[in-house]
Amino acid sequence: MTTQRHDFDPTPFLVEELPWAPRFSLRVRPENRAALAGALGLELPTAVGQRSTAGGVEVLCLGPDEWTILAPDAAPLAAGSGAAYAQIPHSLVEISDREITLRLSGAQALTALTTGCPRDIDAMPVGQGARTLFDSATVILWRDDRQDFRMDVWRSFLPHVRALLDQVMVELKSGL
Amino acid sequence: MLLIHCPYCDATLPEAEFAYAGEAHISRPADPSALSDEEWRDYLFIRTNARGPHFERWRHIHGCGRFFNAVRDTVSDRFLMTYKAGEARPDLTVKEAAE
Ligand SMILES: [Zn+2]
Repeated sequence: MTTQRHDFDPTPFLVEELPWAPRFSLRVRPENRAALAGALGLELPTAVGQRSTAGGVEVLCLGPDEWTILAPDAAPLAAGSGAAYAQIPHSLVEISDREITLRLSGAQALTALTTGCPRDIDAMPVGQGARTLFDSATVILWRDDRQDFRMDVWRSFLPHVRALLDQVMVELKSGL
Repeated sequence: MLLIHCPYCDATLPEAEFAYAGEAHISRPADPSALSDEEWRDYLFIRTNARGPHFERWRHIHGCGRFFNAVRDTVSDRFLMTYKAGEARPDLTVKEAAE
């Protein structure tokens, strides 16, 4: 009789919905980037995918003129933007309610993401991020550690993404 | 799946993140009302329909969001090169000589 051994893992990964937090979309042309970064007291990385963290404020460069900002206290950012607006054309939009952030961690978090994301996530350096796809949903992926990710999902796509992750969970638990 | 190099992200990424956006290097006439019906039709609808290297626009829509240009061989589906929007149409004979 042939027996097949499976490696069952009761908790292949963990999905948590992170609490609401202020989030901003910043757009500014490359020639004004440095001036605006000074005015807002932010570090705005220039390479797509790079992140900066200072004073509890996280910044991710999504495109050559686009950044996502996570700022626990929105007031100083809004005030700085208002004061600089006349001299430095830019757009700072609060998008806190647009997306809900899922945290994926655990031994098979990376495997779980690869079921929906066409990117080579393994090649994404820890401490970077990117806008990409999970199945048909545009998401922003933050890699915080080798097996520790945050994924910002537009809220209308969240039930779909959660359902897929639940399915993946069942499959990984059963050793598939 | 095709892999496409985004010149803004400077990364080679899966086709699923990108959207095709038609033939490249077609500029909108500055004064459409001065055009004849035939000229306007040509601008709107008439395309090269190349067999071989084709200059076309792509957008990294599920990524950095930028439009850029690509040269793709319509026979083999191979991407010969990509370059940023606004850059001049590359001279393919120079590229071939270098290879
Ligand atoms: Zn890109």
